[in-house]
Amino acid sequence: MRLEEILKTEQLNKSYENGQKVLNDITFSLKKGEVVVIIGPSGCGKSTFLRCLNMLEPVDSGAICFKDRVIDRANKEVYELRQKIGMVFQSYDLFPHLTILDNILLAPFKVQKREKSEVTKEAEELLKRVGLSDKKDVYPRQLSGGQKQRVAIVRALIMHPEILLLDEITAALDPEMVREVLQVVLELAREGMTMVIVTHEMDFARAVADRVLFMDQGVVVEEGSPKEFFNSPKTERAKQFLNMFHYEAR
Amino acid sequence: MQNLGIQILFQGNNFLRLLGGLWVSLKLAVLSMIFSICLGMLFGMVMTSTKKSVRVISRLYLESVRIMPQLVLLFLVYFGAAKHLNVNFSGGTAAVLVFTFWGTAEMGDLVRSALESIPVHQYQSGYALGLGKMGVYRYIIIPQTIRRLLPSMMNLLTRMIKTTSLVVLIGVIEVVKVGKQIIDASRYTVPDAALWVYGVIFIMYFAVCYPFSRAAALLDKKLRD
Ligand SMILES: Nc1ncnc2c1ncn2[C@@H]1O[C@H](COP(=O)(O)OP(=O)(O)OP(=O)(O)O)[C@@H](O)[C@H]1O
Ligand SMILES: [Mg+2]
Repeated sequence: MRLEEILKTEQLNKSYENGQKVLNDITFSLKKGEVVVIIGPSGCGKSTFLRCLNMLEPVDSGAICFKDRVIDRANKEVYELRQKIGMVFQSYDLFPHLTILDNILLAPFKVQKREKSEVTKEAEELLKRVGLSDKKDVYPRQLSGGQKQRVAIVRALIMHPEILLLDEITAALDPEMVREVLQVVLELAREGMTMVIVTHEMDFARAVADRVLFMDQGVVVEEGSPKEFFNSPKTERAKQFLNMFHYEAR
Repeated sequence: MQNLGIQILFQGNNFLRLLGGLWVSLKLAVLSMIFSICLGMLFGMVMTSTKKSVRVISRLYLESVRIMPQLVLLFLVYFGAAKHLNVNFSGGTAAVLVFTFWGTAEMGDLVRSALESIPVHQYQSGYALGLGKMGVYRYIIIPQTIRRLLPSMMNLLTRMIKTTSLVVLIGVIEVVKVGKQIIDASRYTVPDAALWVYGVIFIMYFAVCYPFSRAAALLDKKLRD
Protein backbone atom coordinates (compact mmCIF):
# COMPACT_ATOMS: atom_id res chain seq x y z
CA MET A 1 0.00 0.00 0.00
CA ARG A 2 1.38 3.40 -0.95
CA LEU A 3 0.87 5.86 1.85
CA GLU A 4 -0.39 9.29 0.99
CA GLU A 5 1.63 12.30 2.08
CA ILE A 6 -0.34 14.53 4.43
CA LEU A 7 2.08 17.16 5.69
CA LYS A 8 5.41 18.37 4.48
CA THR A 9 7.84 21.20 4.94
CA GLU A 10 10.37 22.44 2.43
CA GLN A 11 13.56 24.15 3.52
CA LEU A 12 12.08 25.68 6.59
CA ASN A 13 14.22 28.39 8.16
CA LYS A 14 13.47 30.16 11.37
CA SER A 15 15.31 32.49 13.70
CA TYR A 16 14.05 34.39 16.75
CA GLU A 17 14.33 38.14 17.22
CA ASN A 18 17.78 37.88 18.76
CA GLY A 19 19.02 36.55 15.43
CA GLN A 20 19.76 33.06 16.70
CA LYS A 21 19.00 30.51 14.01
CA VAL A 22 16.73 27.82 15.44
CA LEU A 23 15.64 25.87 12.36
CA ASN A 24 17.98 25.37 9.47
CA ASP A 25 16.62 24.20 6.12
CA ILE A 26 14.30 21.56 7.48
CA THR A 27 12.68 19.41 4.84
CA PHE A 28 10.29 16.94 6.30
CA SER A 29 7.43 14.81 5.16
CA LEU A 30 4.76 12.93 7.04
CA LYS A 31 2.54 10.22 5.61
CA LYS A 32 -0.96 9.39 6.67
CA GLY A 33 -0.96 6.95 9.56
CA GLU A 34 2.72 7.44 10.25
CA VAL A 35 4.19 8.11 13.69
CA VAL A 36 7.36 10.18 13.64
CA VAL A 37 9.33 10.71 16.83
CA ILE A 38 11.69 13.66 17.07
CA ILE A 39 14.48 13.49 19.59
CA GLY A 40 17.45 15.70 20.26
CA PRO A 41 19.21 17.70 22.94
CA SER A 42 17.45 20.48 24.79
CA GLY A 43 17.23 23.71 22.84
CA CYS A 44 17.80 22.13 19.44
CA GLY A 45 14.51 23.47 18.11
CA LYS A 46 12.08 20.56 18.50
CA SER A 47 9.29 22.61 20.09
CA THR A 48 9.83 25.43 17.65
CA PHE A 49 9.50 23.00 14.76
CA LEU A 50 6.20 21.59 16.06
CA ARG A 51 4.83 25.10 16.57
CA CYS A 52 5.80 25.96 13.01
CA LEU A 53 3.97 22.90 11.70
CA ASN A 54 0.84 24.23 13.36
CA MET A 55 1.48 27.80 12.15
CA LEU A 56 1.77 29.05 15.71
CA GLU A 57 5.14 30.49 14.82
CA PRO A 58 6.07 32.54 11.77
CA VAL A 59 8.94 31.22 9.66
CA ASP A 60 11.59 33.18 7.80
CA SER A 61 11.51 31.15 4.64
CA GLY A 62 10.36 27.82 3.30
CA ALA A 63 6.96 26.26 2.74
CA ILE A 64 4.55 24.16 4.75
CA CYS A 65 2.10 22.06 2.77
CA PHE A 66 -0.94 20.25 4.05
CA LYS A 67 -2.16 17.65 1.55
CA ASP A 68 -0.21 19.31 -1.24
CA ARG A 69 -1.61 22.75 -0.52
CA VAL A 70 0.87 25.42 0.52
CA ILE A 71 -0.42 27.12 3.63
CA ASP A 72 -0.21 30.88 3.81
CA ARG A 73 0.14 32.00 7.38
CA ALA A 74 -1.55 35.33 6.71
CA ASN A 75 -4.63 33.61 5.37
CA LYS A 76 -7.76 32.56 7.26
CA GLU A 77 -7.24 28.94 6.20
CA VAL A 78 -4.72 28.75 9.03
CA TYR A 79 -7.61 28.47 11.48
CA GLU A 80 -9.04 25.57 9.53
CA LEU A 81 -5.66 23.92 9.32
CA ARG A 82 -5.27 24.12 13.08
CA GLN A 83 -8.51 22.26 13.55
CA LYS A 84 -7.05 19.43 11.50
CA ILE A 85 -3.79 19.42 13.42
CA GLY A 86 -4.26 18.84 17.14
CA MET A 87 -1.53 19.75 19.56
CA VAL A 88 -0.71 18.89 23.17
CA PHE A 89 2.00 20.73 25.08
CA GLN A 90 4.23 19.88 27.96
CA SER A 91 1.94 21.26 30.62
CA TYR A 92 -0.24 24.11 31.87
CA ASP A 93 -2.45 23.96 28.87
CA LEU A 94 -5.85 23.09 30.28
CA PHE A 95 -7.92 26.21 30.89
CA PRO A 96 -8.04 26.55 34.69
CA HIS A 97 -11.32 28.48 34.81
CA LEU A 98 -13.29 25.79 32.98
CA THR A 99 -14.36 22.32 34.11
CA ILE A 100 -12.89 19.32 32.35
CA LEU A 101 -15.99 18.93 30.19
CA ASP A 102 -16.03 22.62 29.28
CA ASN A 103 -12.34 22.48 28.44
CA ILE A 104 -13.11 19.72 25.99
CA LEU A 105 -16.26 21.30 24.57
CA LEU A 106 -14.99 24.85 24.08
CA ALA A 107 -13.54 24.41 20.62
CA PRO A 108 -16.22 22.05 19.21
CA PHE A 109 -18.86 24.62 20.21
CA LYS A 110 -17.14 27.88 19.46
CA VAL A 111 -14.98 26.89 16.53
CA GLN A 112 -16.74 24.00 14.86
CA LYS A 113 -20.26 25.05 15.93
CA ARG A 114 -21.22 21.47 16.53
CA GLU A 115 -24.38 20.32 18.17
CA LYS A 116 -24.34 20.17 21.93
CA SER A 117 -25.82 16.73 22.60
CA GLU A 118 -23.68 15.07 19.97
CA VAL A 119 -20.36 16.53 21.17
CA THR A 120 -21.16 16.03 24.83
CA LYS A 121 -21.79 12.38 24.14
CA GLU A 122 -18.54 12.08 22.27
CA ALA A 123 -16.64 13.88 25.02
CA GLU A 124 -17.99 11.45 27.57
CA GLU A 125 -17.00 8.48 25.45
CA LEU A 126 -13.48 9.83 25.00
CA LEU A 127 -13.15 10.52 28.72
CA LYS A 128 -14.23 7.00 29.41
CA ARG A 129 -11.61 5.71 27.03
CA VAL A 130 -8.85 7.44 28.97
CA GLY A 131 -10.38 6.34 32.26
CA LEU A 132 -11.65 9.70 33.46
CA SER A 133 -15.44 9.51 33.18
CA ASP A 134 -15.90 10.52 36.79
CA LYS A 135 -13.86 13.70 36.38
CA LYS A 136 -15.89 15.61 33.86
CA ASP A 137 -17.27 18.18 36.27
CA VAL A 138 -14.13 18.95 38.24
CA TYR A 139 -11.59 21.70 37.55
CA PRO A 140 -8.10 21.06 36.20
CA ARG A 141 -6.45 21.92 39.53
CA GLN A 142 -8.19 18.92 41.07
CA LEU A 143 -6.46 16.52 38.69
CA SER A 144 -3.01 14.96 38.82
CA GLY A 145 -0.52 15.83 36.11
CA GLY A 146 -1.10 12.57 34.30
CA GLN A 147 -4.85 13.03 34.36
CA LYS A 148 -4.51 16.57 33.03
CA GLN A 149 -2.45 15.39 30.10
CA ARG A 150 -4.99 12.69 29.27
CA VAL A 151 -7.69 15.37 29.26
CA ALA A 152 -5.50 17.53 27.01
CA ILE A 153 -5.29 14.62 24.58
CA VAL A 154 -9.05 14.20 24.64
CA ARG A 155 -9.47 17.92 24.05
CA ALA A 156 -7.35 17.60 20.93
CA LEU A 157 -9.03 14.40 19.75
CA ILE A 158 -12.57 15.71 19.91
CA MET A 159 -11.76 18.06 17.05
CA HIS A 160 -11.22 14.97 14.87
CA PRO A 161 -7.73 16.04 13.88
CA GLU A 162 -5.95 14.31 11.04
CA ILE A 163 -2.60 14.82 12.71
CA LEU A 164 -1.62 15.04 16.35
CA LEU A 165 1.48 16.93 17.50
CA LEU A 166 2.71 15.99 20.98
CA ASP A 167 5.44 18.11 22.53
CA GLU A 168 7.09 16.32 25.47
CA ILE A 169 3.72 15.65 27.00
CA THR A 170 5.20 13.65 29.86
CA ALA A 171 8.23 15.80 30.60
CA ALA A 172 6.60 17.59 33.54
CA LEU A 173 5.15 14.44 35.09
CA ASP A 174 6.21 12.30 38.00
CA PRO A 175 7.60 8.99 36.74
CA GLU A 176 4.65 6.93 37.93
CA MET A 177 2.27 9.00 35.83
CA VAL A 178 4.23 8.83 32.63
CA ARG A 179 2.99 5.39 31.76
CA GLU A 180 -0.74 6.11 31.97
CA VAL A 181 -0.31 8.93 29.47
CA LEU A 182 1.99 7.11 27.07
CA GLN A 183 -0.37 4.13 27.09
CA VAL A 184 -3.05 6.35 25.59
CA VAL A 185 -0.65 7.53 22.90
CA LEU A 186 0.38 3.96 22.08
CA GLU A 187 -3.25 3.02 21.62
CA LEU A 188 -3.80 5.96 19.29
CA ALA A 189 -0.81 4.87 17.26
CA ARG A 190 -2.19 1.38 17.02
CA GLU A 191 -5.46 2.77 15.70
CA GLY A 192 -3.59 4.51 12.93
CA MET A 193 -3.46 8.08 14.17
CA THR A 194 -0.89 10.20 12.35
CA MET A 195 1.43 11.76 14.91
CA VAL A 196 4.59 13.77 15.35
CA ILE A 197 5.94 13.20 18.84
CA VAL A 198 8.73 14.96 20.68
CA THR A 199 9.86 12.94 23.66
CA HIS A 200 12.76 12.11 25.93
CA GLU A 201 11.35 8.67 26.77
CA MET A 202 13.58 6.47 24.66
CA ASP A 203 11.80 3.17 25.32
CA PHE A 204 8.54 4.77 24.37
CA ALA A 205 10.09 6.27 21.24
CA ARG A 206 11.33 2.88 20.18
CA ALA A 207 7.93 1.31 20.76
CA VAL A 208 5.74 3.90 19.09
CA ALA A 209 7.80 5.26 16.20
CA ASP A 210 7.65 4.28 12.57
CA ARG A 211 10.50 6.69 11.97
CA VAL A 212 12.88 8.59 14.22
CA LEU A 213 14.30 12.04 13.48
CA PHE A 214 17.35 13.17 15.38
CA MET A 215 17.76 16.93 15.53
CA ASP A 216 20.70 18.97 16.70
CA GLN A 217 21.13 22.73 16.50
CA GLY A 218 18.22 23.20 14.17
CA VAL A 219 19.28 20.55 11.67
CA VAL A 220 17.92 17.05 11.10
CA VAL A 221 21.13 15.14 11.62
CA GLU A 222 19.87 11.62 11.24
CA GLU A 223 16.69 9.88 10.24
CA GLY A 224 15.71 6.24 10.18
CA SER A 225 13.62 3.41 11.57
CA PRO A 226 13.73 3.13 15.36
CA LYS A 227 15.60 -0.12 15.08
CA GLU A 228 18.35 1.34 12.92
CA PHE A 229 18.59 4.49 14.91
CA PHE A 230 18.71 3.08 18.40
CA ASN A 231 20.78 0.00 17.64
CA SER A 232 23.27 1.44 15.21
CA PRO A 233 23.19 5.20 14.96
CA LYS A 234 25.18 6.38 11.97
CA THR A 235 26.34 9.81 13.08
CA GLU A 236 28.74 10.64 15.86
CA ARG A 237 26.38 13.19 17.38
CA ALA A 238 23.53 10.73 17.62
CA LYS A 239 25.83 8.21 19.26
CA GLN A 240 26.94 10.77 21.82
CA PHE A 241 23.39 11.75 22.52
CA LEU A 242 22.22 8.18 23.05
CA ASN A 243 25.22 7.41 25.23
CA MET A 244 24.56 10.39 27.38
CA PHE A 245 21.10 9.05 27.79
CA HIS A 246 22.26 5.68 28.97
CA TYR A 247 24.51 7.35 31.45
CA GLU A 248 21.61 9.40 32.75
CA ALA A 249 19.36 6.39 32.86
CA ARG A 250 21.55 4.47 35.21
CA MET B 1 -28.29 68.62 82.88
CA GLN B 2 -24.86 67.55 81.71
CA ASN B 3 -24.84 67.01 77.99
CA LEU B 4 -23.90 63.51 76.96
CA GLY B 5 -21.60 63.57 73.97
CA ILE B 6 -23.45 60.87 72.16
CA GLN B 7 -26.52 63.10 71.91
CA ILE B 8 -24.76 65.11 69.28
CA LEU B 9 -25.46 62.35 66.82
CA PHE B 10 -29.19 62.49 67.36
CA GLN B 11 -29.61 66.24 67.49
CA GLY B 12 -31.60 67.50 64.58
CA ASN B 13 -30.72 65.49 61.50
CA ASN B 14 -27.03 65.19 62.27
CA PHE B 15 -26.82 61.49 61.62
CA LEU B 16 -28.60 61.82 58.31
CA ARG B 17 -26.27 64.64 57.34
CA LEU B 18 -23.30 62.42 58.07
CA LEU B 19 -24.80 59.66 55.95
CA GLY B 20 -25.36 62.20 53.20
CA GLY B 21 -21.69 63.15 53.43
CA LEU B 22 -20.69 59.51 53.23
CA TRP B 23 -22.85 59.16 50.14
CA VAL B 24 -20.91 61.99 48.50
CA SER B 25 -17.61 60.24 49.28
CA LEU B 26 -18.88 56.95 47.93
CA LYS B 27 -20.25 58.53 44.78
CA LEU B 28 -16.90 60.12 44.01
CA ALA B 29 -15.03 56.89 44.68
CA VAL B 30 -17.37 54.61 42.74
CA LEU B 31 -17.64 56.95 39.79
CA SER B 32 -13.85 57.30 39.61
CA MET B 33 -13.49 53.55 39.98
CA ILE B 34 -15.86 52.84 37.10
CA PHE B 35 -13.92 55.17 34.82
CA SER B 36 -10.63 53.75 36.11
CA ILE B 37 -11.67 50.19 35.37
CA CYS B 38 -12.72 50.97 31.80
CA LEU B 39 -9.67 53.08 30.99
CA GLY B 40 -7.34 50.88 33.05
CA MET B 41 -8.28 47.78 31.02
CA LEU B 42 -7.20 49.59 27.88
CA PHE B 43 -4.13 51.06 29.53
CA GLY B 44 -3.14 47.61 30.82
CA MET B 45 -3.27 46.16 27.32
CA VAL B 46 -1.22 49.10 26.06
CA MET B 47 1.35 48.40 28.78
CA THR B 48 1.93 44.88 27.47
CA SER B 49 2.74 46.25 24.02
CA THR B 50 5.84 44.85 22.40
CA LYS B 51 6.87 48.35 21.33
CA LYS B 52 9.54 49.64 23.63
CA SER B 53 8.61 53.32 23.26
CA VAL B 54 5.00 52.59 24.21
CA ARG B 55 6.12 50.69 27.28
CA VAL B 56 8.46 53.46 28.39
CA ILE B 57 5.82 56.16 28.06
CA SER B 58 3.19 54.19 29.94
CA ARG B 59 5.72 53.39 32.63
CA LEU B 60 6.48 57.11 32.97
CA TYR B 61 2.80 57.88 33.39
CA LEU B 62 2.40 55.20 36.04
CA GLU B 63 5.47 56.21 38.01
CA SER B 64 4.72 59.92 37.96
CA VAL B 65 1.17 59.30 39.17
CA ARG B 66 2.57 57.15 41.96
CA ILE B 67 5.17 59.66 43.02
CA MET B 68 2.85 62.63 43.08
CA PRO B 69 0.64 62.94 46.17
CA GLN B 70 -3.02 62.92 45.20
CA LEU B 71 -3.45 66.17 47.07
CA VAL B 72 -1.02 67.92 44.75
CA LEU B 73 -2.89 66.58 41.77
CA LEU B 74 -6.18 67.78 43.24
CA PHE B 75 -4.81 71.29 43.79
CA LEU B 76 -3.26 71.28 40.36
CA VAL B 77 -6.54 70.46 38.67
CA TYR B 78 -8.84 72.47 40.90
CA PHE B 79 -6.83 75.66 41.39
CA GLY B 80 -4.33 75.34 38.58
CA ALA B 81 -6.89 74.81 35.87
CA ALA B 82 -8.96 77.70 37.09
CA LYS B 83 -6.05 80.06 37.24
CA HIS B 84 -4.07 79.20 34.14
CA LEU B 85 -6.52 77.58 31.78
CA ASN B 86 -9.56 79.49 32.88
CA VAL B 87 -11.56 76.32 33.33
CA ASN B 88 -13.59 76.15 36.47
CA PHE B 89 -14.22 72.62 37.60
CA SER B 90 -16.56 71.98 40.44
CA GLY B 91 -14.82 70.28 43.34
CA GLY B 92 -16.57 67.02 42.52
CA THR B 93 -15.56 67.05 38.88
CA ALA B 94 -11.96 67.85 39.75
CA ALA B 95 -11.95 65.00 42.25
CA VAL B 96 -13.32 62.48 39.75
CA LEU B 97 -10.80 63.65 37.16
CA VAL B 98 -7.88 63.26 39.52
CA PHE B 99 -8.98 59.95 40.99
CA THR B 100 -9.61 58.57 37.52
CA PHE B 101 -6.19 59.75 36.40
CA TRP B 102 -4.66 57.98 39.37
CA GLY B 103 -6.94 54.93 39.25
CA THR B 104 -6.37 54.35 35.56
CA ALA B 105 -2.64 54.15 36.14
CA GLU B 106 -2.99 51.76 39.09
CA MET B 107 -5.67 49.68 37.40
CA GLY B 108 -3.61 49.52 34.22
CA ASP B 109 -0.68 48.15 36.17
CA LEU B 110 -2.91 45.52 37.77
CA VAL B 111 -4.29 44.53 34.37
CA ARG B 112 -0.78 44.38 32.96
CA SER B 113 0.48 42.06 35.67
CA ALA B 114 -2.63 39.88 35.43
CA LEU B 115 -2.16 39.58 31.68
CA GLU B 116 1.51 38.81 32.03
CA SER B 117 0.88 36.17 34.66
CA ILE B 118 -1.07 34.08 32.18
CA PRO B 119 1.28 31.48 30.71
CA VAL B 120 1.96 31.72 27.00
CA HIS B 121 0.71 28.14 26.68
CA GLN B 122 -2.79 29.33 27.44
CA TYR B 123 -2.74 31.44 24.29
CA GLN B 124 -1.08 28.73 22.27
CA SER B 125 -3.52 26.04 23.35
CA GLY B 126 -6.35 28.31 22.30
CA TYR B 127 -4.87 29.01 18.90
CA ALA B 128 -3.98 25.34 18.46
CA LEU B 129 -7.66 24.50 18.91
CA GLY B 130 -8.48 26.74 15.98
CA LEU B 131 -9.75 29.74 17.93
CA GLY B 132 -9.03 33.17 16.49
CA LYS B 133 -7.53 36.05 18.41
CA MET B 134 -10.96 37.30 19.50
CA GLY B 135 -11.97 33.86 20.69
CA VAL B 136 -8.76 33.31 22.61
CA TYR B 137 -9.20 36.59 24.49
CA ARG B 138 -12.92 36.22 25.02
CA TYR B 139 -13.08 32.62 26.22
CA ILE B 140 -9.64 32.05 27.69
CA ILE B 141 -7.60 35.13 28.56
CA ILE B 142 -10.14 37.69 29.75
CA PRO B 143 -12.04 35.35 32.12
CA GLN B 144 -8.77 34.37 33.76
CA THR B 145 -7.54 37.94 33.91
CA ILE B 146 -10.71 39.11 35.63
CA ARG B 147 -10.43 36.41 38.27
CA ARG B 148 -6.89 37.41 39.01
CA LEU B 149 -7.88 41.07 39.08
CA LEU B 150 -10.86 40.95 41.41
CA PRO B 151 -8.96 40.90 44.73
CA SER B 152 -6.58 43.72 43.86
CA MET B 153 -9.41 45.70 42.30
CA MET B 154 -11.30 45.58 45.60
CA ASN B 155 -8.22 46.84 47.36
CA LEU B 156 -7.90 49.71 44.95
CA LEU B 157 -11.55 50.60 45.53
CA THR B 158 -11.15 50.75 49.30
CA ARG B 159 -8.02 52.85 48.90
CA MET B 160 -10.00 55.16 46.70
CA ILE B 161 -12.86 55.47 49.17
CA LYS B 162 -10.42 56.42 51.90
CA THR B 163 -8.56 58.86 49.72
CA THR B 164 -11.76 60.76 48.96
CA SER B 165 -11.40 62.44 52.36
CA LEU B 166 -8.82 64.70 50.68
CA VAL B 167 -11.50 66.45 48.67
CA VAL B 168 -12.47 68.46 51.76
CA LEU B 169 -9.51 70.60 50.86
CA ILE B 170 -10.99 71.64 47.55
CA GLY B 171 -14.32 72.50 49.11
CA VAL B 172 -16.37 69.37 48.52
CA ILE B 173 -18.77 68.74 51.35
CA GLU B 174 -18.28 65.07 52.10
CA VAL B 175 -18.52 63.08 55.28
CA VAL B 176 -15.47 64.51 57.05
CA LYS B 177 -16.52 68.05 56.22
CA VAL B 178 -20.05 67.44 57.49
CA GLY B 179 -18.58 66.05 60.68
CA LYS B 180 -16.47 69.15 61.10
CA GLN B 181 -19.51 71.39 60.62
CA ILE B 182 -21.41 69.49 63.28
CA ILE B 183 -18.52 69.72 65.70
CA ASP B 184 -18.05 73.43 65.07
CA ALA B 185 -21.74 74.17 65.55
CA SER B 186 -21.75 72.58 68.99
CA ARG B 187 -18.31 73.55 70.17
CA TYR B 188 -19.68 75.08 73.40
CA THR B 189 -22.65 72.86 74.11
CA VAL B 190 -20.97 69.51 73.54
CA PRO B 191 -17.24 69.77 74.21
CA ASP B 192 -16.42 66.16 73.35
CA ALA B 193 -18.42 66.14 70.11
CA ALA B 194 -15.25 65.58 68.09
CA LEU B 195 -14.69 62.22 69.68
CA TRP B 196 -18.20 61.01 68.91
CA VAL B 197 -18.44 62.41 65.43
CA TYR B 198 -15.07 61.16 64.26
CA GLY B 199 -15.80 57.86 66.00
CA VAL B 200 -18.94 57.48 63.93
CA ILE B 201 -17.13 58.47 60.74
CA PHE B 202 -14.53 55.86 61.53
CA ILE B 203 -17.21 53.22 61.90
CA MET B 204 -18.87 54.37 58.69
CA TYR B 205 -15.65 54.04 56.70
CA PHE B 206 -15.10 50.68 58.28
CA ALA B 207 -18.61 49.48 57.48
CA VAL B 208 -18.16 50.49 53.85
CA CYS B 209 -14.62 49.27 53.31
CA TYR B 210 -14.63 46.10 55.36
CA PRO B 211 -16.97 44.12 53.11
CA PHE B 212 -14.77 44.96 50.13
CA SER B 213 -11.49 44.05 51.74
CA ARG B 214 -13.06 40.94 53.23
CA ALA B 215 -14.32 39.95 49.78
CA ALA B 216 -10.87 40.63 48.39
CA ALA B 217 -9.23 38.40 50.98
CA LEU B 218 -11.76 35.61 50.42
CA LEU B 219 -11.39 35.77 46.65
CA ASP B 220 -7.65 35.79 46.98
CA LYS B 221 -7.74 32.69 49.12
CA LYS B 222 -10.25 30.94 46.92
CA LEU B 223 -8.31 31.61 43.74
CA ARG B 224 -5.06 30.49 45.26
CA ASP B 225 -6.06 26.87 45.69
N1 LIG C 1 9.99 32.62 22.03
C1 LIG C 1 11.33 32.54 21.90
N2 LIG C 1 12.08 33.64 21.75
C2 LIG C 1 13.42 33.57 21.62
N3 LIG C 1 14.12 32.42 21.63
C3 LIG C 1 13.44 31.28 21.78
C4 LIG C 1 12.00 31.28 21.94
N4 LIG C 1 11.59 29.99 22.08
C5 LIG C 1 12.70 29.25 22.02
N5 LIG C 1 13.80 30.00 21.83
C6 LIG C 1 15.19 29.50 21.68
O1 LIG C 1 15.23 28.70 20.53
C7 LIG C 1 15.97 27.53 20.75
C8 LIG C 1 15.13 26.29 20.46
O2 LIG C 1 14.10 26.22 21.40
P1 LIG C 1 13.05 25.03 21.44
O3 LIG C 1 12.12 25.31 22.56
O4 LIG C 1 12.48 24.84 20.10
O5 LIG C 1 13.99 23.82 21.82
P2 LIG C 1 13.60 22.34 22.20
O6 LIG C 1 14.37 21.46 21.29
O7 LIG C 1 12.14 22.17 22.24
O8 LIG C 1 14.21 22.19 23.65
P3 LIG C 1 13.65 21.37 24.92
O9 LIG C 1 14.03 19.95 24.73
O10 LIG C 1 14.38 22.00 26.07
O11 LIG C 1 12.19 21.61 24.98
C9 LIG C 1 16.48 27.59 22.17
O12 LIG C 1 17.80 28.04 22.14
C10 LIG C 1 15.60 28.61 22.82
O13 LIG C 1 16.32 29.32 23.80
MG1 LIG D 1 10.70 21.82 23.83
